[in-house]
Amino acid sequence: MGKVEALRLNAITKRFGGLTANDAVSFGVDQGEVVALLGENGAGKTTLMNILFGQYTADSGTVEVFGQALPPGNSRAALDAGVGMVHQHFTLADNLTVQENITLGAEPLFSPRLNRAGARARIAALSEKFHLAVSPDARVGNLSVGERQRVEILKALYRDVRILILDEPTAVLTPQETDALFATLRQATANGLSIIFISHKLHEVMAIADRVVVLRHGKLVGGARTEDTDTQALAAMMMGLEATPPNVAPANPGAALLELEDVSTPDIGSAPGLKSVSLALRAGQIIGLAGVSGNGQAAMADVLGGLRSPATGRIVLGGEVVQRWTPRDAVQSGIARIPEDRHKTGTIADFDLTENAILERYKGVPFSKGGWLNWRKSRGFAEEIIRKYDVRCPGADTPIRLLSGGNMQKLILGRVLEADPQVILANQPVRGLDLGAVNYVHGQLLEARGHGAAVLLISEDLDEIMALSDVIHVIAEGRLSPGFVRGEKTPAELGLWMAGQGFDARIPHAS
Amino acid sequence: MRLEPVQNPSLARKVLPPAIALAFTVLIASLLAMIAGANPFSVLGLIIKGAFGSKFAMLETLNRATPLIFTGLAVAVAFRARFWNIGAEAQLYAGALMTVLLGTGFLPWPSLALLPAIAFISILAGAALLLIPALLKTRFGVDEVVTTLLFNFIFLLFISMLLEGPLKDPMSMGWPKSARLLPEARLPRIVEGLRLHWGFALAILSALCIWIIQTRSTLGYEMRAVGLNKEAAAFAGIPVNLVLIKTALLSGGLAALAGFSEVAGLKGSLTLDLSPGFGYTGIIVAMLALLNPLGVVLAALFVAGIFVGADSMSRAADVPTYLADIMLATALLLMVLAIMLTRFRVVRD
Repeated sequence: MGKVEALRLNAITKRFGGLTANDAVSFGVDQGEVVALLGENGAGKTTLMNILFGQYTADSGTVEVFGQALPPGNSRAALDAGVGMVHQHFTLADNLTVQENITLGAEPLFSPRLNRAGARARIAALSEKFHLAVSPDARVGNLSVGERQRVEILKALYRDVRILILDEPTAVLTPQETDALFATLRQATANGLSIIFISHKLHEVMAIADRVVVLRHGKLVGGARTEDTDTQALAAMMMGLEATPPNVAPANPGAALLELEDVSTPDIGSAPGLKSVSLALRAGQIIGLAGVSGNGQAAMADVLGGLRSPATGRIVLGGEVVQRWTPRDAVQSGIARIPEDRHKTGTIADFDLTENAILERYKGVPFSKGGWLNWRKSRGFAEEIIRKYDVRCPGADTPIRLLSGGNMQKLILGRVLEADPQVILANQPVRGLDLGAVNYVHGQLLEARGHGAAVLLISEDLDEIMALSDVIHVIAEGRLSPGFVRGEKTPAELGLWMAGQGFDARIPHAS
Repeated sequence: MRLEPVQNPSLARKVLPPAIALAFTVLIASLLAMIAGANPFSVLGLIIKGAFGSKFAMLETLNRATPLIFTGLAVAVAFRARFWNIGAEAQLYAGALMTVLLGTGFLPWPSLALLPAIAFISILAGAALLLIPALLKTRFGVDEVVTTLLFNFIFLLFISMLLEGPLKDPMSMGWPKSARLLPEARLPRIVEGLRLHWGFALAILSALCIWIIQTRSTLGYEMRAVGLNKEAAAFAGIPVNLVLIKTALLSGGLAALAGFSEVAGLKGSLTLDLSPGFGYTGIIVAMLALLNPLGVVLAALFVAGIFVGADSMSRAADVPTYLADIMLATALLLMVLAIMLTRFRVVRD
């Protein structure tokens, strides 16, 4: 294929106040090429794509598509020039059909001369050509996540994109769905499309991209053809230091500290509840709960964390059946809970660090007595967390919303770990954190395991689960797989379980 | 144009917009005074003089501020926990009703026992009245804005019915008016000879108590947590519904004290015009005070001063007292805008 340059970014610089989000970033994408844009969270990937897409105006620098400069800050022009983007969070209307979603905005929806048959034929042709099988009459609300993504890609293709940007496209997919996506992308590049693939998953980048460019702190720190590099080198470029995957010693599991016995909870809307789940969290062991998001992880975290009681079945804590089960009971029983969403549920944004530090334990000595708070002790506790867990902040009276995600997570870690918990429920503990913070959090979990804590790690990132867990369970539509010890299953085999296969042969019935 | 949150507002950003808002309020009031054909400077001068210019004016302003401090506190406490109590008016009348029921001979006690008993039972009545919307909200998710607002009308009609029937004073020559309180049930004046009753001291004391509760007690911490982020509060183990109910009880009780203080301290009997909307004005007071209990005292003095000053001004200059309502409405609207500008900056695309 000829080397036609489809896209060129020339020395793009963008500042927000004192922060330089993009610092003279330049790179190009050839026609038919997949370029992976790699970088930690906060490295400036999103800002760069927003500039390319005309949502932000760069302070300096230009964007060229097929040699034509795009007018800055004009999304329409970017669309017209053939730039399409599939966002991480899909922009589809649930109550419309696939065909309506695809044609929405591209053609008048309720025109009397609406050419539905023509649109349909075109969608069918595109589906065929790019191996994107979806039924045009299905309601988007009824589709799986993988299918929705196909609709998003079809939507872009229907608008004749020549450059397709995919923002973290595999975050919500099973390994099998990821493979199918990659097949589609290869088909697309064979047809002359150029693709920018934003990710921080190194092995996926190696699998799909022709070339990788790496952003760090807003600067382009390196680039390489994938055949000339490896994951180690890319990680080093991304982090600025050699990545050290956790070196996990064998576990030495002890007694069951917290158990679910045949627990079921009702479905809430489209979120499945638990279906006859039995699980034992043992001292000195990390159990990984793998699964595609929205398959009952929330119900699991809620039940264990005291936010929901089982409809049927029992919770057994240290050998005794639990009667009353609230978040406060859970905390007082020595359960540390690291919530999935640290902004919405983990912290109160306008509270300062002190107020957030005592959020779970303000009731009673040492933080209060007879209904009156002891601010001196509370502040001392917050300062101790700041020191021991290296929370970077101006002081304990800073509103927590001013902290970065990593520092917020460190405060939450300190808050729960300082109570010497017996059980740790870590729900997506490293989501959105940069690699330095990820290693820190993982180190803390492993250390707690070493001290005899039982850890449940809930994550959608299979790499994380496989790296840390002594035993892996897969959750799919609220059903729990048997436990697989470390190394027993390959990612592909776990992927089959995540897709719901394997359960059918042995539907767990209450016996 | 869009709004961008300001991460770390500077002192100037915190102080300037509210100051500018106040300046604009005065400017708009002056324009209106000019339209009414008066000299704006003399009108403003007359308002200030009428509110704070003499001992009599000062006392009048303090008297007028007293019920506003109570209702302002009631609203501030509730709004802090994001419990939207719009029904301080009804709770005020609940307190007034109890004062009249108990203070006209039902309890033949001496003053020192009678007044605390009446105050306490008034608080209970106001709290009980707000408990109903609170339970409807926590049990069934019924919007408390609607229920508390509608309760105002229901309760005022109920009072009206009582004043036309069983509570009507036979000596009132046909007016819908209750019997007068016994002398023992009247709140005495703070200093003999000055027209200022102990209700004002009680209001200041209440503001101090609420401030201490909000900053030092676990209940205050819980109320702020629930108001700022209900989901995180529930996750951390704060019993959100229980906190909302406690908040409602406190808020209703404070509003009822306004009714107790007006009847026992000032009016001596219950009529339907006991409150010219103190419950609603309490919302303005609380918002102007940024929900800070000590700020409520200042905001109540400001609002009372404008009312009293405008009354006096309209007698001297030929400008209607409605100017006071307009000034308050402008002050509130501009202040809400100013508060937004302390937290967000406007960015032009």
